[in-house]
Amino acid sequence: MADIEELKKKIMEWAEKSTKPKFYFKDIGKAAPEVGLREIKKAVTALVQEQKLELWSSGSTSMYGVKGKGITEEAQMGKHEE
Amino acid sequence: MAKFETPLLDELEKGPWPSFVSDIKRQAKKKPVLEDLLGQVELSYKDKETHWKHGGIVGVFGYGGGVIGRYSDMPEKFPGVAHFHTMRVNQPSGLYYSTKYLEQILDIWERRGSGLTNMHGSTGDIVLLGTTTPQLEEVFWELTHNLNTDLGGSGSNLRTPSCCLGMSRCEWACFDTQAACHHMTNRYQDELHRPAFPYKFKFKFSGCPNDCVAAIARSDMAYIGTWRDDIRIDQAAVQGYVKGELKPNAGAHAGRDWGKFDIVKEVINLCPTKCMSWDGKELKINNKECVRCMHCINVMPRALRPGLDKGCSILFGAKAPILDGQRLATLVVPFIKMEPPYEEVHALIEKVFDWWMEHGKNRERLGELIQRLSLKEFLKAIEVKAIPQMVKEPRSNPYIFWEEKDVPGGWTRDLAAFRKKHPL
Ligand code: SF4
Ligand code: SF4
Repeated sequence: MADIEELKKKIMEWAEKSTKPKFYFKDIGKAAPEVGLREIKKAVTALVQEQKLELWSSGSTSMYGVKGKGITEEAQMGKHEE
Repeated sequence: MAKFETPLLDELEKGPWPSFVSDIKRQAKKKPVLEDLLGQVELSYKDKETHWKHGGIVGVFGYGGGVIGRYSDMPEKFPGVAHFHTMRVNQPSGLYYSTKYLEQILDIWERRGSGLTNMHGSTGDIVLLGTTTPQLEEVFWELTHNLNTDLGGSGSNLRTPSCCLGMSRCEWACFDTQAACHHMTNRYQDELHRPAFPYKFKFKFSGCPNDCVAAIARSDMAYIGTWRDDIRIDQAAVQGYVKGELKPNAGAHAGRDWGKFDIVKEVINLCPTKCMSWDGKELKINNKECVRCMHCINVMPRALRPGLDKGCSILFGAKAPILDGQRLATLVVPFIKMEPPYEEVHALIEKVFDWWMEHGKNRERLGELIQRLSLKEFLKAIEVKAIPQMVKEPRSNPYIFWEEKDVPGGWTRDLAAFRKKHPL
């Protein structure tokens, strides 16, 4: 059982370093390969609730991203140009 | 006077069938923002490309599905649809509604959305089309607090499970599809609302092999009711059909004169495994050979009924994409009891989820993963033994390879000895 705070930190470090603005859930596993995906899910869910990560979805698939990085909610509404 | 000319959309109002264009035009009289929807869709037909942006970052707090962000790529020209999000609402099992419930849900959507709905989406959800970001939490609050209704699944989640109306109206149901669907929806809430799968995953429950929800074609995990004892036969009712006293197919094909009912031509000879016989007096079924296709039962429902030892078959790996790559599900569990507390089924589901999450590539459905890594690997992961019925075409496409430990006595390979006997 991994320490969730530790895991959250590792995930955020990995996510902030990532060159991609959005990533699939599975790729987040690379932040802590020693931990199972179910543990990762708990940490990711907590990070989404804390509004550090956010979800992008096309309707058929979902991706996670660091809040504010890449496309933002405002940009989607056409208020800002990316 | 319409805000935009829509000559291309108007074409879709011609002909005898219902038209979504007429529906939107009617609703636009109440909701002027829909004029912009008509304008944008017309332009999409003209430009031959969509003017919706791809996806979006919207949702309700705590959920990673159920809301699909839709943004116009021309918000200045079509401000009414600058954001026009879809909400997927978990439908009740078997799609039963009271009038009061429908009025309430439509009332919410008239007040907080465009009023446009799609009853139902192909996953089964009630689809509420078109609202703005600030309304999402409000709609969610009203649905959950006033209607005791949840959002459905979208994205890389378990999708809203769906079922046929089963035992509520259909005597053929071999398990309570509505109860099973409701149970699994509640048990797998985390999978439904928080995306962590490689892609979508669908459960569909049909009470018998007629498969009214097309589980075999449309779900990653299809539950199809079946029985393992004998078809129940009422010989007097069989005579009733033969003498023309009872209508075949319960009169379902009565719109045309098909001539006198011929049991041999219409039932016995159409049995796919030829396991039925009729000597003019008695109908016999060699139940061992019956594949439970339902044909004979559908034709003579008063005379033939499914057996009494009922449960379901579980098949895996179907998908029904819009363009290409359709795939039917593969039978993996021929029979399992489908009754509360469903523990055996949970254990199976969770093994499947674990295997797919671990090995599935991003955007790879379960069926594709099984094809990539082999059915054998899948069976090993879910701890199910291979049986001959899983082999679709013996010898032409064998996908079960024996390992030495599977064969009593094992084997040793001596290539030199083999070559000596079979020189090249
Ligand atoms: S799938 Fe079978 S049990 Fe369900 S409604 Fe259809 S015929 Fe009835
Ligand atoms: S259910 Fe199908 S396979 Fe079974 S006896 Fe009837 S027609 Fe034959």
